[in-house]
Amino acid sequence: MATGHLALGQEQGESSAKQRIVNDFSIIVATVNGSGSQSANSVLLKSIFGMGVPVSGKNLFPSNIAGLPTWYTIRASKDGYVARKREIDVLVALNPETAREDMMSVQHGGAAIYEEYLNLSSYRDDVVCYPVPFDKLTQALCPEAKLRKLVRNMVYVGVVSQLLGIDLGVVEAGLRKQFSKKPKVFELNFGAVETGFEYAKVNFTKQDPYFIERMDQTKGKIIIDGNAACGMGAVFAGVTVVAWYPITPSTSLVEATTDLLKKFRVTPEGKATFAVVQAEDELAAIGMVLGAGWAGARAMTSTSGPGISLMGEFAGLGYYAEIPGVIFDVQRSGPSTGMPTRTQQSDLLSTAFLSHGDTKHVILLPGSVKECFELAYAAFDLAERLQTPVFVLSDLDLGMNNWMSEPFAYPDKPLDRGKVLTAEDLKKAGSFARYRDVDGDAIGWRTLPGTLHPKAAYFTRGSGHDDAAGYTERPEEYQKVMDRLARKFENARKLVPAPVVTKNGTSKIGFIAYGSTDFALRESLDQIEKEHGVSVDYMRIRAYPFAHEIHDFVASHERVYVVEQNRDGQLASLLKLDLPGEQVAKLRSILRYNGLPADARTITEEFATKEGL
Amino acid sequence: MATTTASGAATGPGGPKLNHIGLPVIEYRGGKSTLCAGCGHNAISERIIDAMFEMGVEPERVMKMSGIGCSSKSPAYFMNRSFSFNSVHGRMPSVTTGAVLANHKMMALGVSGDGDTASIGMGQFVHLMRRNLPMIYIIEDNGVYGLTKGQFSATADIGSKLKTGVINELPPIDTCAMAIQLGATFVGRSFSGDKKQLLAMLKAAISHQGTVMLDVISPCVTFNDHEGSTKSYKFLQENDEPINEIGFVASFDDIEVDYDSGEVYDVEMHDGSQLRLRKLLEDYDPTDKANAVRTLMEAQDKNEVLTGVFYIDTQKPTFIDQLNMVDQPLGTLPESLTRPPKSALESLMTNLQ
Repeated sequence: MATGHLALGQEQGESSAKQRIVNDFSIIVATVNGSGSQSANSVLLKSIFGMGVPVSGKNLFPSNIAGLPTWYTIRASKDGYVARKREIDVLVALNPETAREDMMSVQHGGAAIYEEYLNLSSYRDDVVCYPVPFDKLTQALCPEAKLRKLVRNMVYVGVVSQLLGIDLGVVEAGLRKQFSKKPKVFELNFGAVETGFEYAKVNFTKQDPYFIERMDQTKGKIIIDGNAACGMGAVFAGVTVVAWYPITPSTSLVEATTDLLKKFRVTPEGKATFAVVQAEDELAAIGMVLGAGWAGARAMTSTSGPGISLMGEFAGLGYYAEIPGVIFDVQRSGPSTGMPTRTQQSDLLSTAFLSHGDTKHVILLPGSVKECFELAYAAFDLAERLQTPVFVLSDLDLGMNNWMSEPFAYPDKPLDRGKVLTAEDLKKAGSFARYRDVDGDAIGWRTLPGTLHPKAAYFTRGSGHDDAAGYTERPEEYQKVMDRLARKFENARKLVPAPVVTKNGTSKIGFIAYGSTDFALRESLDQIEKEHGVSVDYMRIRAYPFAHEIHDFVASHERVYVVEQNRDGQLASLLKLDLPGEQVAKLRSILRYNGLPADARTITEEFATKEGL
Repeated sequence: MATTTASGAATGPGGPKLNHIGLPVIEYRGGKSTLCAGCGHNAISERIIDAMFEMGVEPERVMKMSGIGCSSKSPAYFMNRSFSFNSVHGRMPSVTTGAVLANHKMMALGVSGDGDTASIGMGQFVHLMRRNLPMIYIIEDNGVYGLTKGQFSATADIGSKLKTGVINELPPIDTCAMAIQLGATFVGRSFSGDKKQLLAMLKAAISHQGTVMLDVISPCVTFNDHEGSTKSYKFLQENDEPINEIGFVASFDDIEVDYDSGEVYDVEMHDGSQLRLRKLLEDYDPTDKANAVRTLMEAQDKNEVLTGVFYIDTQKPTFIDQLNMVDQPLGTLPESLTRPPKSALESLMTNLQ
């Protein structure tokens, strides 16, 4: 074939040829999972990044080992928008099973690159079609059958690079970095990229409007996923005990943590300054964390919704017996098993009050990979300062996808190990009462097992206790401890990360969100301003208990939209419990909960409808 | 009263007897028991006090761990100077694992019950045994739930009768056989009423490195001490069949041990103490795992209650050995050893660009 098959009507073709869309479009790659497409997707993402163009990537994958449909979306955005784009501009169709559906989802005027025999041009005449004989090209390239499917994916990288105008040199540099220790693998893969590039060059005439052109918007930036960033934060917080149970989508958080521990935390004598234990279940994982935290270690676990549910009883023990520990929850779609490989923000309420009785937990809510790093290490300081379990709620979108970021800054403060009495302290003081509020901050002093003083020991228990840690069923003694715990939680409002106000002008309308919703919401707010001429204010919450500024923000607006990714408006509910009664009616929800990351367009549309714009 | 310090100091002449670190037994005592008078658990607490005192264990180096139930309350009744953690039902193993990871220099003594271990805590129990975590795990085993007023537990024998006349029809879980099979390295059974055997067993347990699992039959005087119960004082006194007689000589005791008779099994413990097991059951070899399990299963079929040290392995690496950790406890490592330097973060950032 001499040219790319142009299925576009002539009129449309002419108009789209005139219009160039540069550095502002989305690509979706449809494959099957287990086919090794991840490394090709990552190379394409990093190549666009290497061109200096802001980029983000998302993996939409099934809960399955191999053979089911998987999609990877890449968004290039000169304006730096990194949320999911609802519309699909360029399709790479490599999965016969979903090819028709995939083709139907491409937006009018978009482009499709696909395995030639799928003959997708028959479904759409408003999409530019580039059929490629991937199988034939790959067979010639790679005689070894078992490597073929991996190489096949690299061929598409070459085709896309040629069509979009990505420099082959940039792709080569990225590949070289990825396979720096495996020159043979590099050669095979780059050969495949070149083959695709050449095939497209010889056989296609560019008909679609999408181009990548060099920018300098990624200089000095890094690309990392949120789980790796959390793991890094934990390691730079000096975590020493990690106990966990595998669960999607949090597994890679512990894997990243473990890799870094092995890299940075082995003494010259070859001894580990850490312990990582794969526990028998999540109950044991958090039990180990609390045991270790009680005995002085910085301990963590990482899980997702089902694990959080299992940890309930222990979470209450940690709260009541006042034991530090850090629990990462990479949220996925619930309820129950739900959709393990799809994102959601639906564990907020259950985590805030996790366990029976009057239990409340400190929760940190990172909204970027940089904050995954920063709030991860902040969590360890807070857990020891407040002597309580601290939860860090990330989600699958933030945790498992690659995000561009400013490089992370080294913590500027030493570790805060909280209020711990040593044997010398006890020698001076004579004795101590574990749960007595001697400093007026509602936090008692603790001792660590092994403190060599006859008065160092105390009895840790989840049963009713007085302020000397003695068993009690006396009403006033029990209540005294409960009231102090409430005061401690109240004080935590000032210690947790403050909300981030990105806009706070004179608007009557405010927006509140947390976590990964931020990516879509920031874009949506720009759309609202540009398209509807409405300027709104926005506060992003970063922790529970809520800082007082959040009350002020609600008080200073007529209407406040709470945007979050769950069905029941969990953040809005938590705010309603916290706000003065007269403020509650101001809150309204915009909710996304179909498992896909929120996109700006949908939020903008719902806001416009609600406001009657 | 004697005045002491953790490092040990003498009392005046005529004062109480001191152990080899200079502490009187009173420094090993706990609060007043709130368990029923005559409860087997109280006798076990007494033996723990004796064993820790006689072995000269520094109380501040002991972590008393427990779950929930009558048994799990008992750490409040011994060793007030030791650190204690009464956790949640059936989960003492994981809490202890975490505590030992944070500070492996401490001696962990876990007290559990038959409900806490063999029902709600079975999942954690088996994995603890598998890891050979250095700790002493005591089941105070009375075959019933006491705090909820007398339901059968999973260690109740077939045919055992509740006060209400209900007969247990399900087979008991033999926690000793399980522990041996799963990897515990010191496994024994005793009876709270057998002072001599239990004390010797506890002293040997203190000298062992690895998981010690002791199932101590401990009659519940309120709910399971009647005619027809197989966990009553009377039944145990009549049916207790020791497989060996336990002799223990601590490393610091200046006593000669002779190694002669074929009727005796001598074991050198990790701390240099000597454990001498005089065979009462013909040719019983406490290092033969398969034979130990078979012996226990056969006894169960014959409705015999075997006691003694069933299994011992002083060579198997512990969980702490396997983790290859630094000698200093993880919990007290300084920041210079736990937070990587700025250059480490910078090199990571460069690689991600």
